[in-house]
Amino acid sequence: MAHLTSTPVVEPGQDRTMILNMGPQHPSTHGVLRVILEIDGENVVRLMPDIGFLHTGIEKTCEAKFYQQVVPLTDRIDYLCPLTNNLCYVLAVEKLLGLEIPPKAQWLRVLLNELTRINSHLVWLGTHAMDIGALTVFLYCFREREEILRMFEMVSGQRMMTSYFRVGGIALEPPLGFFDRVRDFAGYFPEKVDEYENLLTGNPIWMMRTKGVARMTAEDAIALGATGPTLRGSGVDIDLRRDMPYSGYENFKFKVPVSQEGDVFARYICRVQELRESVEIIRQALDGMPEGPIKADAPHVVLPDREKMKTQMESLIYHFKIITEGFAVPAGEVYQAVESPRGEMGYYIVSDGTAKPYRVHMRAACFANLQTLAKMCEGRLLADVVAAIGSIDIVLGEIDR
Amino acid sequence: MPLTPPITDLEQLKNHPAVARLLAWNAAAVEGVKFDRDEMTVYVERGSVREACVRLKDDPACPFNFLSDVTCVDWYPSEPRFEVVYHLLSIPKKERVRLKVRLDSAGPAVESVTSVWPGANYFEREVFDLFGIRFTGHPCLRRILMPEDWEGHPLRKDYPVEGYR
Repeated sequence: MAHLTSTPVVEPGQDRTMILNMGPQHPSTHGVLRVILEIDGENVVRLMPDIGFLHTGIEKTCEAKFYQQVVPLTDRIDYLCPLTNNLCYVLAVEKLLGLEIPPKAQWLRVLLNELTRINSHLVWLGTHAMDIGALTVFLYCFREREEILRMFEMVSGQRMMTSYFRVGGIALEPPLGFFDRVRDFAGYFPEKVDEYENLLTGNPIWMMRTKGVARMTAEDAIALGATGPTLRGSGVDIDLRRDMPYSGYENFKFKVPVSQEGDVFARYICRVQELRESVEIIRQALDGMPEGPIKADAPHVVLPDREKMKTQMESLIYHFKIITEGFAVPAGEVYQAVESPRGEMGYYIVSDGTAKPYRVHMRAACFANLQTLAKMCEGRLLADVVAAIGSIDIVLGEIDR
Repeated sequence: MPLTPPITDLEQLKNHPAVARLLAWNAAAVEGVKFDRDEMTVYVERGSVREACVRLKDDPACPFNFLSDVTCVDWYPSEPRFEVVYHLLSIPKKERVRLKVRLDSAGPAVESVTSVWPGANYFEREVFDLFGIRFTGHPCLRRILMPEDWEGHPLRKDYPVEGYR
């Protein structure tokens, strides 16, 4: 009942307008987003998002955990791209430690991150199209997503909450047959993207619902803190993978799709092109996968192999110490940002020299992107609000943390 | 990349675009600088943070035109207790800089940067909600993640992890 009092008091500005409540349990809000709308007939006069329904205090929890225990928590922030969150966190801690990561681990991370991007974009495309009324696309998207989740299960044992990356490398060698399966997927997936595009891109109903709808200029997008496809759809050419590379992205060649129109259709096109580019990156990662270890040579940070732990005293001691006391991280602070499917995912970690982080802050892409919603919708039709929410691709777990 | 000790000497760092811009504007506003792990931090005097942001945003040489993030660190029980942290990004130059403002524990308040970047709105509300820092000039400083009737500010270090039961 506590949330009843959190209702912001919104009075209609004029006699002719009324207040409409949308959500938090509304199928097109992709979670528990509540939107308070002031409408004049069918026109939106004002729009106020109300968030916080999923707030679990992950940032506070992190302060009470060892560095390695935070990895599973990061999965739960953005449950559509857990590996991107894992990556961002471990990169930040590795930067604090000054660890060098072997190339094979970096390439594997890139490969899995691009699979995650495809996975996340498929959920977005399916639900976004469903919101606007194209139900078939949802089923097609989830067909391909299922294969990606099975591949995640193959490497990490989990379909969604993978927790596969570790500070200093990767938890396990990928099993036999994994790369063949990914190659197979990368082979047929572009055809599937054609299939989605056949259903949507040239479809007159789709174009009427998306073209010229929920426009946003580049200046507004930058001022409101939008990132990712939401920003690139307004014609700003920035992608952290290319412009501030991390985890070996500088070794890959890919295009960054940018659209100039700034409407729902532009953001749709950006993401669909990103699906194709991700497949390109996956192919390059498979072809150039280096040989070598998947964990850094840092016994005080990286858990030893099971085999060594059972046969060598040193390894057993390190294992015991890491599990029971964690590993100390030199004092300092870092801000590490990666390009998540939704935009700039950033981790700001402050260390005070102990085995637990002093402060972990997640800069969630959707949290900032959601601010653009009012700009997109005010003065437009009520039905366009649903299209606009879908085009931002929000994940409430990430917004509320 | 082995760790090197942080550089805190202003003389050595005065050529960084953000530091140069702020020194040329008002040298008294720069309380200190730190270059650590390839990241630049500038400590700004608490009264001039909004002005500093305006200057950095309008810098013709390297415009820090994008506000990535606003957050806070609580150094309880030492004083000044709070550090409000701003992460700025220059989209044309692909540069980052971190601004920090130190605040005392008694009535911590700092000027809002929402007039510079409207996108600071949610970030500042979050810091207000979880740390209890007031941002003067903010258009709508209400709780954002916690319920409106919540007591206390959960991310403060003197707030127990399990909460009050």
